[in-house]
Amino acid sequence: MALVSFRRVEKVYRPHRAAPYIAVHEFELETQPGEFFCLLGPSGCGKTTVLNMLAGFEEPTGGAIAIEGSPIRGPGRDRAVVFQGDDSLFAWLTALENVEFGLRMRGVPRRERRERARHYLDLVGLSGQDDKHPPQLSGGMKQRIQIARVLANEPLMLLMDEPFAALDAQTRLLMQEQMRMIANAAKTSVFFITHDIDEAIMLGNRIGVMKAGPASTLKGRIDVTLGEERHRTDSAFMDVYREVYEMIREEVLKSAKGMPRRPERVQ
Amino acid sequence: MSTGARIEASAPASAETQRRHSTRDVSALLAYWPYVVGFVGMFVVWHIVATRLFVSVLFPPPLPVLRKAGELIANGQLLVNVWASLQRILLGFALGSVLGVFIGLLVGSFLTVRRLLDPVVETLRFIPAVAMITVAVIWFGIGEFSKVFIILYGTVFIVIIATAAGVASIPVNKPRAAMSLGASRLQLFLFVTLPATVPYILTGMRLAMANAFTTIVAAELVAANQGIGTLLWQSRLYMEVDTVFVVLLTLAVLGFIVDRLFRWAIFTFAHHYSPVG
Repeated sequence: MALVSFRRVEKVYRPHRAAPYIAVHEFELETQPGEFFCLLGPSGCGKTTVLNMLAGFEEPTGGAIAIEGSPIRGPGRDRAVVFQGDDSLFAWLTALENVEFGLRMRGVPRRERRERARHYLDLVGLSGQDDKHPPQLSGGMKQRIQIARVLANEPLMLLMDEPFAALDAQTRLLMQEQMRMIANAAKTSVFFITHDIDEAIMLGNRIGVMKAGPASTLKGRIDVTLGEERHRTDSAFMDVYREVYEMIREEVLKSAKGMPRRPERVQ
Repeated sequence: MSTGARIEASAPASAETQRRHSTRDVSALLAYWPYVVGFVGMFVVWHIVATRLFVSVLFPPPLPVLRKAGELIANGQLLVNVWASLQRILLGFALGSVLGVFIGLLVGSFLTVRRLLDPVVETLRFIPAVAMITVAVIWFGIGEFSKVFIILYGTVFIVIIATAAGVASIPVNKPRAAMSLGASRLQLFLFVTLPATVPYILTGMRLAMANAFTTIVAAELVAANQGIGTLLWQSRLYMEVDTVFVVLLTLAVLGFIVDRLFRWAIFTFAHHYSPVG
């Protein structure tokens, strides 16, 4: 059975005193268990809308989203979310307390949750930073706390919304390399959103390319058959890059020129 | 002499660190010199104005005022009145703060509650606590409760508005993250909304406390047997100008101390996190 399935999903925003805006229209997608799925698309194409609906933060205005066959009702601990910025961290808690937050909500005994939180802090390379508060840590470290925090909660899958986009270039490369190892070590399915072709190929088993918004939908899918060792300079990597680039170029131009199709009229 | 020499020889390192410590302390103190000068200067200017520029029995210089303060402290009169006022302030302020935080969290969290209470809060808060003295005396007489009520009234709206603003400023990703980690609505409230709002609550309480000092004096001027405002009013009646100034000085010092305590609390409980970040 598919892990996630989107069936003819539609999201229309109806702002007060403004024309309705169709963010996604007839969106169809399936992902499989264990898959590292990257949803790639130009900025403003509705990627985050898709993730927010999957996370249960927003409701689709049409169609159905299911996880392991059952429809989504609001946020839940089966779908843990890693956000782009650091404003989702609990600044009044230490790194360790942030990581054990989900376990604490579930009433896991203190000693056990400490141990598990430490394990995941180690896994993301943050051992010894237990007692620091988020504002005392660098951008890369804060994203690591977010990753450890969701992993410690052992969700069915991770939803990641451009988690490395706000980091500096060097840190981003490092985090991308480590993210694959972390996802493999934790044996978790990932739904990863990005606008960066490189990042999608570095991380994904499968890449879905979205059309430019509004009324965006999935344009095509590409299976990434590269092995565990991925290098941006390999010719196989370049081949995939070319394929993805060809698919997305037209969409990027559409959104960059600011000449998207007119939004369809809604009744 | 020989003992002294031996000690010095055996512990040169600690002596060295001690010297370094003391120079650091001195330079830390030196950084505060404008502060000290400002404080002392206030009294110097007061002294000069009262003894040279505006000599009058109606405007005593600082020394007689301080002498009078010593007298009133010695016979217990000052402390009894200060304590009477402080009790009213603390009780009314504590009740008003608890109520204000509770209502503020609800107003900030639930749109319906906000729409229900907005008209109430946004109109009642413009009736100054001082104006409510009349009503309080009519309703509750001149006993303790009327003063506690007035302080409570003056506190509650400031704390409600500060708390609700704090809740509104929580970035949407914080509750979203908590819910994705499995927090229930109640847990969200207790472990995210409340702690994220603490710096705003403390700031609101700090403002409310300053307000409470103003209000209590006014309330006691009108209706009280005891208290710092009563002392002020009685000394005016008996033309004890020195005592009037002792009361003013006491209010300044008390306010300063309480406000510093709040600043300290805000820095201690909130220093390691900015409310929003």
